[in-house]
Amino acid sequence: MSSCLLCGESVNGRLGWRPFFLLEAPPSICGACRRQFEPIIGERCRACSRPLAALDPAFIREDRCLDCCRWEEDSFYKGVLAGNYSLYTYNEAMKDFIARFKYRGDYILAQVFAGEIKKAAKQLPHDVAVAIPLSQERLMERGFNQAEALAQAAGLDIEDVLQRVHGEKQSKKSRSERLEAANVFGVKEKSSICHKKVLIIDDIYTTGSTLRQAAYLLKQAGAAEVRALTLARGQGT
Amino acid sequence: MMVFPPASFLSGRLLLEEEIPFPLPDSPAIQKLPGLSKRNSRLYCERCGNNEKERFALFPCARCQTECLYCRHCLMMGRISGCSRLVYWTGAEPPYEGEGILHWKGSLSEGQERASQAVTQAIRENGEQLIWAVCGAGKTEVLFRGIEAALLANKRVCIATPRTDVVLELAPRLQHVFPGTKVAALYGGSPDRHLYSQLVVSTTHQLLRFFQAFDVMIVDEVDAFPYSCDPSLQFAVQKARKPDAALIYLTATPNERWQKDCLHGKKAFVKIPARFHRQPLPVPQFSWIGNWKRAVKKGRLPASITSWAARRLQVNKQSLLFFPHIEWMQQALPLFQQLDSSIAAVHAGDPERKAKVAFMRDQKIPLLLSTTILERGVTFPNIDVAVIGTEDEVFTESALVQIAGRAGRSADFPDGEVRFFHYGKTRAAVKAIAHIRQMNKEGLEKGWLDR
Repeated sequence: MSSCLLCGESVNGRLGWRPFFLLEAPPSICGACRRQFEPIIGERCRACSRPLAALDPAFIREDRCLDCCRWEEDSFYKGVLAGNYSLYTYNEAMKDFIARFKYRGDYILAQVFAGEIKKAAKQLPHDVAVAIPLSQERLMERGFNQAEALAQAAGLDIEDVLQRVHGEKQSKKSRSERLEAANVFGVKEKSSICHKKVLIIDDIYTTGSTLRQAAYLLKQAGAAEVRALTLARGQGT
Repeated sequence: MMVFPPASFLSGRLLLEEEIPFPLPDSPAIQKLPGLSKRNSRLYCERCGNNEKERFALFPCARCQTECLYCRHCLMMGRISGCSRLVYWTGAEPPYEGEGILHWKGSLSEGQERASQAVTQAIRENGEQLIWAVCGAGKTEVLFRGIEAALLANKRVCIATPRTDVVLELAPRLQHVFPGTKVAALYGGSPDRHLYSQLVVSTTHQLLRFFQAFDVMIVDEVDAFPYSCDPSLQFAVQKARKPDAALIYLTATPNERWQKDCLHGKKAFVKIPARFHRQPLPVPQFSWIGNWKRAVKKGRLPASITSWAARRLQVNKQSLLFFPHIEWMQQALPLFQQLDSSIAAVHAGDPERKAKVAFMRDQKIPLLLSTTILERGVTFPNIDVAVIGTEDEVFTESALVQIAGRAGRSADFPDGEVRFFHYGKTRAAVKAIAHIRQMNKEGLEKGWLDR
């Protein structure tokens, strides 16, 4: 019997042969906590995974959201990111989860969604996985990189090809400010991504500008295609 | 940001290096210790005392470049890992500002008077004292003279309580009667957190940031969740006080062990079995309601609840109804709203919690449904109280005594009805009623009740 990583209550795993032979890991969180998270189901934006059901029809163009249409009209970023796949909405439970995992630094929480991330990564065609890096300063502050932690818990092999050139906090800026900001990444290592399909892992997709900056550089460095897999789909401003 | 002299910032505290907003000067008075250590061959968190293996985890630390351990138990206060260090002050305590004289014109009841003397004596002699006082006995006033004696003797005083609500209510009351001393109110995110003060009102949780700071430690509601369940909060109290500090415990419902210790003379205690207004405590009555959860699922309330609520709405008497869990309360709310649309419900995570309680005070809500969050500390002058599903395990003896203690609080309206609607009488409920009866009996025997 183990304890829920979030609420500490005991977790009763499923009975059966698979758990018995340790083929199936015991659940890391309890059912009550699990139910607080909202998986993205139903119709979603083909490009960024935004759930379309809750979106005003004025912001939907066929199977894409208006934001994504705008990205594709942008001469600079057009076609840079083949798509983003998010697993969950950024609801209150996910906000609390990410706050505790990333800002408070509860590393072990990376296990909570490891199974889902692993499964999703398998279905997204890729040769190489890359985690969005932190600046050196932020890395020292937090002690670990949350994107890397998510990827590693999911058993993905991460190629260390990106670095963050200068690290300003993104969360306080508006969309236009973020777009105008110069690219914060640099590519350290080209050989491992050249002509490869790259999957970027990050914790949250908000406006998509961070991911596109990284994707742009990866493409420049020779990547054949760049997709993103993110735990949560936030609401852009 | 203001610059704090290190002595007054650090004195009596145990803080993570990262929590200190100024560069630490080189001083022999400033010492550091590793955040995690080993005690009795078990891993040990120096801040919260956690030594359970499962409450630690590993992470690849970018700072120390190793697989580093961290404490998950007190993580929300800032992570303590194997490579973090806690800072403390070994120099002299900086002097306190203010004069510490009590400005209070009120008078004490006979029961309060005795308790007040016991508190003052315990503080003078650095002793230990339990004040076992019924809800509405006036516990805060009992502390006033003892606190004054401590402040005048240049002692540092802390009142610790498990709930932020109580800190917010208590701090201004103390500030009012001790205008010459700056009262610091400490809770998660409080603006006073860097204030060096001789009189501190704190959540038990925040005490984890202190180390041998207080000469007098007053612990309010020792029976209350989470204090009674979380050993790290008891650890926090022990850590924050000086080894020879006076210890005062306040409670309406000591746990079984303490009740026994009192009975056998192993614990110094003073009982105040009567309210300050000299009227007996309302004794709860049982009402059987059958399988109420099934009824609620089917979209109706048990008839006795409906008629109880309807009668109160009819005569305009406000009432408070307690539910064991949020889910059941939310399901029952629309059923109550069929009786009166202004009926509301409140729970711990409710963003409108403060507003709803204020509405209730202003009598804009005729009937308020609540989880156990309003079980203590909150006072409405003239209400009836009911518990729905008394059989649930969240309703311990202590919780039920506290809930019953919400009724008949004011001298103008000392009567209030308390009803335990149940689907099976529990030992806890029976004991709660016996407890209340016993208190009334003792109050009467002492001559502290008028009827």
